[in-house]
Amino acid sequence: MNIVCTFCGSVCDDGIYEEGKVKRLCKLGSSKFSIENKQRLKAPLVDGKEVSYEEAIEKAAEILVNAKRPLLYGWASTANEAIRLGVILAEKLGGIYDQCASVCHAPGVLAVIEEGLPGGTLGSIKNRAETIVFWGANPMEAHPRHGVRYSISAKGILVKDRKHRKVIVVDVRKTKTAKVADMFVQINPGSDFAIFTALRSILNGNENAVPSEVGGVKKEQLIELANILKNTKYGAILYGLGVSQSRGRDRNVEAAIKLVQLLNRFTRWVIWPMRGHYNVVGAGEIPAWEAGYQYAIDFSRGYPRFFPNEFSAVEVLKRGDCDAALVVASDPAAHFPAAAVKHLKKIPVIQIDPYINMTSLLAKIIIPSAIYGLEAEGSAYRMDGVVLRLKKVVDSPYWTDEDILELLLKRVEELKR
Amino acid sequence: MIEVELVTGRTLEQGATVEEKLTENYFYAVNYIELNEEDFASLKLKDGDRVKVKTKFGEVVVFAKKGDLPKGVAFMPLGPYANIVIDPNTAGTGMPKFKGVRAKIEKTEERVLSIRELLEVI
Repeated sequence: MNIVCTFCGSVCDDGIYEEGKVKRLCKLGSSKFSIENKQRLKAPLVDGKEVSYEEAIEKAAEILVNAKRPLLYGWASTANEAIRLGVILAEKLGGIYDQCASVCHAPGVLAVIEEGLPGGTLGSIKNRAETIVFWGANPMEAHPRHGVRYSISAKGILVKDRKHRKVIVVDVRKTKTAKVADMFVQINPGSDFAIFTALRSILNGNENAVPSEVGGVKKEQLIELANILKNTKYGAILYGLGVSQSRGRDRNVEAAIKLVQLLNRFTRWVIWPMRGHYNVVGAGEIPAWEAGYQYAIDFSRGYPRFFPNEFSAVEVLKRGDCDAALVVASDPAAHFPAAAVKHLKKIPVIQIDPYINMTSLLAKIIIPSAIYGLEAEGSAYRMDGVVLRLKKVVDSPYWTDEDILELLLKRVEELKR
Repeated sequence: MIEVELVTGRTLEQGATVEEKLTENYFYAVNYIELNEEDFASLKLKDGDRVKVKTKFGEVVVFAKKGDLPKGVAFMPLGPYANIVIDPNTAGTGMPKFKGVRAKIEKTEERVLSIRELLEVI
């Protein structure tokens, strides 16, 4: 039976599921579907006591309705249908909606607001891109089949195979991806902005303004790189968290987009982020069409306001600005800085997740849910914005995130009345 | 003691165990730091030794490994150990600085805390 993988943003749609075993998927996808290794709850827990779904949801609704300003966080590893309910719930509660991109590709969102995004789908990259630059991205470990299906060794219509494609890696480390590249440009940590700017200067004909070395890269290599970019018919810069999580953050992405805009005066280039979770794009697209913004949205005044400095989960937690949290399909206790986790330990946390994780250790209510793509169906945005249908291939006793949120929303509306 | 620029990031092992956070597999996937070979030798380390990673924001004990890194650059898999020492300031973006934090590394005899213990000390 064919399955659609719900691990990383590549959302591989060619997996095979036979008698409890997956074929064709990578190590990450295979682990995703090896549910016998996972620690899962048998039933929802309230204060460590097993209860029914209805009881757990009732308790959760009470906590959320009684909170002055709940934080609703997560959403990158669930289906679009559940995310939509989450945004509506945040509005009804006058709470804050934030999602995993907040600690991932959100700086890219800020850059796109200012610059736009000259993009292309993975299909166009596979078929057309003769040069691919992975900048601060390591797909061999983070998106293991991206290379085979869409980029490094993908067989396209116009670009036939690996021999006809040039792969360049720009990174501070010699990653596994750098080891399979045709060219590796090793840069000093935190120097992405300077290097994007130097490349733009060279392409603009202001080579003389570039010093002999920028961010650990010799001028000669920068000129060589600029020439390759300029002489490519169709190229793609696929950037990772090396760009958005290091010094400069959103300004790095902005500089990268400006480089692509400039390249498009000469030839055709696209730029796209390598998104991590399978539906982190949905976690941004859905609030964007429901409320106008992608993340860090506050509904406390009855209308949506976007301001990451104040409403992003890390900032809200660091300042102690929320008095309850609903965490859906995420593990902030493991992935937020300690300064933010401190407050999470002090407030009632409600968790909806298929698995036990570090956030479960501090949660007051844990509601186990079905795994999308295996035990539940729905839809998700692939990293390039293409929506794919996730399939249900086995039955499970678990409610889906959508079922849980639907009842939670109904109870919140009734209690608010 | 040496001073390094610390970056964090995804590894295949971290990804493959991220949905089983309370297992030993995940513990070993995220509780180490990779150092450049010369840096590793200068601390007189051998495989399995532990180091204390200290930044302005916190300190954590992890296992030390040799990595293919430039001198002065260290790498930790993303996760709860790295998150004790990374820079929580977001510069208005919502995004902490997960990559590029000055850190001091020294050999230690202290043990590596389990995931549960780590949450307790935060």
